[in-house]
Amino acid sequence: MAESLSIFLTALIKSVIILFGVFLPGAAGSVYFERKISAWIQNRIGPNRVGPFGILQPIVDVVKLIIKEDIIPLVADKRFHALAPVIAVTTAMATFAVMPFGNFVVIGNLRIDLNIASNVNVALLYVLAVGSVSVYAITFAGWSSNNKYSMLGGLRSASQMISYELSMGLSLVGVIMIAGTTSLNGIVEAQANMKWNVFTQPLGFIIFLVASFAETNRSPFDLPEAEPELVGGYNTEYAGMKWGMFFLAEYGHMIAASGMISTLFFGGYDIPFVKQLFPSVFYDGALILGIMQVGFFLTKIAIFAFFFIWVRWSLPRFRYDQLMDLGWKVMMPLALVNIIVTSLVMYALR
Amino acid sequence: MRSPAGKETQKDRMGFWERIYLPEIAKGMATTFKQMFEPAVTREYPEERFAPTGSYRGRPVLVLEEDGERCVACGLCSRVCPALAIQVQAGETLERDKERYPEKFEINMLRCIFCGFCEEVCPEEAIVMSKDYEMVFQNREEAILGKEKLLTPVAQLQDRLEYLRTHQYYEPK
Ligand code: SF4
Ligand code: SF4
Repeated sequence: MAESLSIFLTALIKSVIILFGVFLPGAAGSVYFERKISAWIQNRIGPNRVGPFGILQPIVDVVKLIIKEDIIPLVADKRFHALAPVIAVTTAMATFAVMPFGNFVVIGNLRIDLNIASNVNVALLYVLAVGSVSVYAITFAGWSSNNKYSMLGGLRSASQMISYELSMGLSLVGVIMIAGTTSLNGIVEAQANMKWNVFTQPLGFIIFLVASFAETNRSPFDLPEAEPELVGGYNTEYAGMKWGMFFLAEYGHMIAASGMISTLFFGGYDIPFVKQLFPSVFYDGALILGIMQVGFFLTKIAIFAFFFIWVRWSLPRFRYDQLMDLGWKVMMPLALVNIIVTSLVMYALR
Repeated sequence: MRSPAGKETQKDRMGFWERIYLPEIAKGMATTFKQMFEPAVTREYPEERFAPTGSYRGRPVLVLEEDGERCVACGLCSRVCPALAIQVQAGETLERDKERYPEKFEINMLRCIFCGFCEEVCPEEAIVMSKDYEMVFQNREEAILGKEKLLTPVAQLQDRLEYLRTHQYYEPK
């Protein structure tokens, strides 16, 4: 009893830390840098009026959203209309529950794992499962708004996610085979010392990258919210902070996806070679190693978040049929080929 | 592979590397990355203002000479205005050589489209486009400019008058 309570309490504390230390600042930061980077790419200046360099822009954005009137269409299905943004944010946050920010640190005789749910052995499956729940948010939003555009956006998103989920799952089979586990810590440890999966699984990496763009609904796969054709897509009928929650969810997903990419393909929190070079300072459980691992991992997340934003302001949106073609006719077969090649190579090297 | 209509399309001419997109995507991303380090072209408006040249067509104004306005209230500008923005009411006076003058001259700035036709048609060069581009109104009434707001001393309009003399519209008498 006491033990389960302490597990619950540590998980709660860690969740709060990650929520206010990673998720919210990450989302606010990506909103800010999305605007800044888009401005730089387009030879503009970007937000620079609120605070030094405009860094307070996300805060005033949120204030604006909160004081806005919350409009619910008269014919909307009110329960689902209210539920959709909640699901969106929840699923975006849920991925962080298993994300390993570092290995573990030992303070006194207390061992603290640097993730919320310590070393879940089905973490990877959990991430994929949570990712597919997020489609409900968009579908609910589209359906309950009782609006043609929202509905089309919702349908698009549903079919897009179903098509890309498959190749996403399949592209990870290679990673799982190499690591021999679906625990994220295990996968990171298997990539220790620059044995990054991106080198051994380049095809799997590209497929996973493309699929995560599709899963996060970001350009070039942002068909559910294609402004020119669908007004705003699934979020057309949302106002104020409910709309803001979809926005928050989008950036949350983006950061979660960046975290997953770095965990699965770029060695996650592992700092190459330090444990071998300075075993007396950087041993497993050392506080300094733990802090450095978290810093290393957050840097990787930032790099991939930048990549997400950079892609958004470079590539044009896909057409719907091209999107489906790519998903089913290109990525699926490639993912299967990747599995076969990986297993053959592993068999040969056995 | 040809399209069903038999016409060769852009897609048919693409090579293998273009078809698999990835190298082209990398090229595009390289371009946008380079752009990030180009200087911004933004003009930060309230601090940095645009200084128009004589060719700029801003708010139309009436030219005011020392002895009064040039306008003779012929009504041509009002007739030509495609947006029906100008209202002229003629008055007569014996105090000046020019016997006609506009008793009322109003331009509705909510209608004006800054086409410059009024300036082009005016036989007296009495209405010209100024450099003013900052027009803020609190209500509709305020946006209808009367004579007191339109009349502008000729000294302030030299750039435009010079431009008109050296360019298209003006034919010396
Ligand atoms: S401004 Fe020119 S065209 Fe218009 S009424 Fe006066 S003289 Fe005629
Ligand atoms: S600029 Fe054109 S629209 Fe404006 S008052 Fe003159 S003729 Fe009318």
